Amino acid sequence: MTKNKSLYIVLSILLVLFLLASFIVFPLDKGLLGNLGVLLGRDLQGGTYLVYQADLSTVEAGTEDEIMKGVANVISNRINPLGVTESSVEIQGKNQIVVEIPGVSLTDAQKTSLGNTALLEFRELATVDGEQKWIPATGTIGGEEFALTSAYFKSNTSVQKDQYGKIYLIFEWDDTGSELSKQITTRLLGKQLAIFENGQPLLTEDGRTIAPTIQAVITDRGQIEGLGLDVAMTLSKQLNAGRLPVSLEVVYEETVTPTLGSDFVKLSLMAGIVGLFLIMLFMCLYYRMPGIVASLALIFYACLTLAIFKLIPVTLTLAGIGGFVLSIGMAVDANVLIFERMKEELQMGRTLGAATEAGFKRAWTAIRDSNLTTLLVCIILFWVGSSTVEGAQVQGFAVTLFIGVCVSMFTAITVSHHLLRLFIGTALAKKVHLFAPYIERKLKVNHD
Amino acid sequence: MINIIKRRFLFLAISIFALLTSIVLLLAAGLNIGMDFSGGSRLTLNFEQAVTIDQLESELASIGYGTAVVQGTSSGDFIIRTEKLAADEKETLKTNLTAAFGQFTEKGFEDIPPETAIGTARVAVIGLVLAAIGIMAYITWAFRVMPKPFRYGICAVLALLHDVLIVLGIFAILGMITHIEVNLMFITGILAVIGYSVNNIVVIFDRIRENVKANPGASFEMIVNNSVTQTFSRSINTSLTTVITVLALILFIGTNIESFAWTLFIGIIVGTLDSLFIAPGLLVVWEKNEWHRFINWLPMFKAKQQ
Repeated sequence: MTKNKSLYIVLSILLVLFLLASFIVFPLDKGLLGNLGVLLGRDLQGGTYLVYQADLSTVEAGTEDEIMKGVANVISNRINPLGVTESSVEIQGKNQIVVEIPGVSLTDAQKTSLGNTALLEFRELATVDGEQKWIPATGTIGGEEFALTSAYFKSNTSVQKDQYGKIYLIFEWDDTGSELSKQITTRLLGKQLAIFENGQPLLTEDGRTIAPTIQAVITDRGQIEGLGLDVAMTLSKQLNAGRLPVSLEVVYEETVTPTLGSDFVKLSLMAGIVGLFLIMLFMCLYYRMPGIVASLALIFYACLTLAIFKLIPVTLTLAGIGGFVLSIGMAVDANVLIFERMKEELQMGRTLGAATEAGFKRAWTAIRDSNLTTLLVCIILFWVGSSTVEGAQVQGFAVTLFIGVCVSMFTAITVSHHLLRLFIGTALAKKVHLFAPYIERKLKVNHD
Repeated sequence: MINIIKRRFLFLAISIFALLTSIVLLLAAGLNIGMDFSGGSRLTLNFEQAVTIDQLESELASIGYGTAVVQGTSSGDFIIRTEKLAADEKETLKTNLTAAFGQFTEKGFEDIPPETAIGTARVAVIGLVLAAIGIMAYITWAFRVMPKPFRYGICAVLALLHDVLIVLGIFAILGMITHIEVNLMFITGILAVIGYSVNNIVVIFDRIRENVKANPGASFEMIVNNSVTQTFSRSINTSLTTVITVLALILFIGTNIESFAWTLFIGIIVGTLDSLFIAPGLLVVWEKNEWHRFINWLPMFKAKQQ
């Protein structure tokens, strides 16, 4: 009787655990407890993911970390005006910046503007090798030559529209800029000055180079006329956010629109449900009573695993869901091992009770050793995923499979085991064919 | 039940034949290396008008992207893979497609420079080597109570290598008739298959360990065969349930993770056969020191023996 009592206690604890897990899991998007939702990766909920590599070759040794922090800061400042609610900018390794904006797929123009150095250069016309060329306009301060650039803008650049609808980009020089500007505009009075960005001249809306003729000496503030409204707005935001101290190169980029993501969520949900159903069908048909027990354990398994995904929380990617769906198939493995073992024990004429205990005990070493190798592979996969820029999928798969394998070991040795013990001593236990079908048709073990 | 171990040389011969075929296929046909390892761009587009893959491919070829690969997805989108596109090249490509097929939405874009890809390939290779060494070490340790435990580790890894090479061979064939690629998700699939197949091998070896202990006087060959027979339906059944879930993945998610899903599908089936017919067989060959039988039939060795 005490044995039965402890059995019922264990089963009640498992039932409570199951109910708790279900409350956490359903509904999938919100959850009744703690308002937890399943976190979806960018391939499922859409988003932008950019990895930049900074060129630190021109940077003074020892200041790299400082520079990288500055770069991350500037990029964050540039993301803010885009109107996104959530974003992360992180430094990865020595010279990489990872930008992640969940739920929003940036346009090509927005992506370009994020990593832009945003440096306007002022250039004058000169004859080089018999050709008219725009060369940087320079001035000298303290005997040193400086090029006139937007590096000397104060961070209050703005856009104005006059009564005729003309657009002006208004800027103010800092002290250095003011001195340089004075020298240059004095020298070039009545001549043209063009403005370049990334080696390309700024253009008017109809494609003409913006190169105004200097009418007066400019010392403190100036304006650029002729830009389109959008271009002027973006530029002023970038200029105010700060210029990047080093040039950046995109080493990986991925954008997914939210609609593409929602298709995947529906499809992978279907894949999971169909897979689960087919396995339960197979188990019930092949193993009968134990198969039904395994099916219950499998539902328990799926709920508990999803609850853990929500609690940690695990960010689910497509491959991560693949790992979960796959782990459903693998989760029955422990059950199959045990049931096959039970069948052998029943074949030798043991009672259901003895066969159940022996089956669990003898299958355990195989379950432990075989699952440990899968866990080992998961750890290697996690390393592969975290060492590559496009490895989010691999990492997602490694995490879900790892959790899946751990939970499946737990459910097999607790849920299946204790549910089977329920049958011991009941009238059902005498009907061996319910627990080990086709038993009489099997040959005895080879002894040749 | 047939005596699997008695016919070990038949199965090993079949496996060597499959192995050689795979190697020939790999050398002759090669693999479609994906952008993860070679660099490139991938655009996912959804057209308002009805468009076919052929139309897209011929349009792309006419604007200089003859090597571009177009695939349809289960949700009606098209995935276009090209060499790495610079920002202005992407713009031109999109303008041309709009001119030819009308409006479309860009649903996704992925871009990997070749330099990044080389780093990824290196990590993938290191991952595979680590997995092989790790598994060999683990199995040797797990079977340390047995005499000569490293044999178990080496036989398991040989069976796994066989599995990986056969999958690669089949991917070489698939690569000729479809656009299936060897990419990072393929490596993920291969590693998952390795973890899974070694699972099967460990279960059989575990049975051998148990049976050796229970029958001290019995011949090793008979014990191994009994162990394979006793675990046979378990091996088939678990592989079956896993293959069912993989099929569900292929049917519902399809193109987007095709390399991953097909690797799992082929790898699990081949891996199961390896664990039943190859790994235990090798163990017996080693125990009875029958390696010479692999080369005996060659005329030069035959002559030497006589």
